Amino acid sequence: MTKMEPISVTRYRRGEMHSFQSVGQEFMYLVSAGSIFALDQAATNVLARLDEREMSHAELVEALVAGGYDGADAEELIRELRLVRGIVTDRGAPEPGPTSPPADFPLQALVLNITNQCNLACTYCYEFGADKIATPAGKPKYMTIDTAKTSVDFLLEQSRDRGAVHITFFGGETLMNFKLLKEVVLYANEAAAAAGKTIGFSLTTNATLLTDEIIAFLSDNGIGVTVSMDGPPDLQDKHRVYKTGKGTYAVIEPRLRKLIANHKTRAITARVTLTNGVTDVVRIYRHLKDDIGFHEVGFAPVTTSGDHDYSINGDGMNEVLAQFHELADEWLEYALRGRMHGFTNVSETIGELLAGVNKSHPCGAGLGLLGVSPSGDLSPCHRFTDADTHTLGNLETGIDQDKREDFLSRGHVTAKYECQTCWARPLCAGGCHHEAFVRYGDTGHANLHYCDWIREWTDTCLKIYGALSALNPQFLERFAERKALS
Amino acid sequence: MKHLRPLNRKAQRIDDAITAADASTEEDVVALQQNAPRPHVPMGCTLSFSPGWEVDSGGGTAGLCQPVERDIYDCYVTCFWPVAVPDHLNYSPDWAANCAVATKDWRNLDLVFP
Repeated sequence: MTKMEPISVTRYRRGEMHSFQSVGQEFMYLVSAGSIFALDQAATNVLARLDEREMSHAELVEALVAGGYDGADAEELIRELRLVRGIVTDRGAPEPGPTSPPADFPLQALVLNITNQCNLACTYCYEFGADKIATPAGKPKYMTIDTAKTSVDFLLEQSRDRGAVHITFFGGETLMNFKLLKEVVLYANEAAAAAGKTIGFSLTTNATLLTDEIIAFLSDNGIGVTVSMDGPPDLQDKHRVYKTGKGTYAVIEPRLRKLIANHKTRAITARVTLTNGVTDVVRIYRHLKDDIGFHEVGFAPVTTSGDHDYSINGDGMNEVLAQFHELADEWLEYALRGRMHGFTNVSETIGELLAGVNKSHPCGAGLGLLGVSPSGDLSPCHRFTDADTHTLGNLETGIDQDKREDFLSRGHVTAKYECQTCWARPLCAGGCHHEAFVRYGDTGHANLHYCDWIREWTDTCLKIYGALSALNPQFLERFAERKALS
Repeated sequence: MKHLRPLNRKAQRIDDAITAADASTEEDVVALQQNAPRPHVPMGCTLSFSPGWEVDSGGGTAGLCQPVERDIYDCYVTCFWPVAVPDHLNYSPDWAANCAVATKDWRNLDLVFP
């Protein structure tokens, strides 16, 4: 029979964190809060000691005093580290998160899929390509004005106490239903004003159908524009083609120049999909930012189930990462000189690090955001539009709370086993629900295929953050103000 | 804080909370602090000086002045049932060895993990 031993003293060990160095200084990113602290030499030494072995309070104080610290100072140092959870004594499992998602969460944004039709046939498209989950057969192809107006009313009502709401227009190709878009914006402006709320708009387009009239409307109404495009002619025309196979670069190039020249009210951003052979991030960035004139350019690897000719393989991903780092270095150089750089992938992460976000879910899908299909079906976001398996209700019948709860419960970060030991989970929370479904058949599965990539990227952005906090903290303050406005 | 510098909003909030706590109380942990406005009158130990069956002022065990796991001294000393934990016959013969006088030495009673 084993004799039970009393445990005589609690011992300190390092809390859950990611330590990093930047410009010769030590920092820690604490997972429990999403907080970032700069450490002095003494605090760094404590963490290094605890990495060798766990120590009791008395042992630690003794060691610090032996190392030349004053006793009271040693106590203070330990206390500070303990209070921010840089060092901890508790054992076993971390505190469990909430067991059920918030049942009562006012809406903030709707993505209106105003048509599921598109004039292009991009081979990698998640809506039409090999991995599509949409089941549009027998459903309306274009949203009617009645459905659109009902959506607006639905958003204003379901947003309850929120003072600001947002509508994103999406497709298919959004501008194939510009007539409706125009009417909806006018209606929504009136309805929001009547409800005492402010409303914002944005849209995503492939830019092929932009006209002077459309550009003027978008500018006059402050509608944000994201253009899906892949880069210079040789890369753009690889996948972004008409149904005949003809490339689209020559068609959109003059339209983009007009858009950027004449749309005065919002930043114009490009969203690039990286695929096999389209991994030359720096060249794409230079073209879109410097030649075409986009204000911001963001990149994401294509979503695939893993075995298509357009998927990026390991070598391709390494190349992408190397080039991301090149642009990240440039972002920091700009920031140190007080200038904004247009590489969205850094700007977004820095914005989240500034706030110290700690996400329960990877994004707002199913929480503050829903997608609406042309038929009026609700879905977690635009990527699930028209997919019968992921419907979360209908505008007429309201949100299906059981399905919503199921979706949110499975997508909660504490439900993702692999995430529990990852320091990057406050920002990632397991990654895109849609990508998880395409890849693993479950929206609640952690996106394990890009964990290393996320950690490396978060580390890169933390180092940029650390460098800025040391060398140009005013930039971070201004960046925070700018973020709050956008 | 002297050794740590908060760098983002979340870190600043933690720092603010610590500063506010420092300004309002001494560092020593006060039991029942979740019910701070009410006077703390733990029942049991302060009345009888015998760490025994205790409840806090709310009738539960969450706000006791010591962890409920320590609240087993009376079981150990007096209980006839041989498998009360800590069991002085089989498992933890020395559990109270450092506790000669309960009113003085109760702090030496440590947790027991099965």
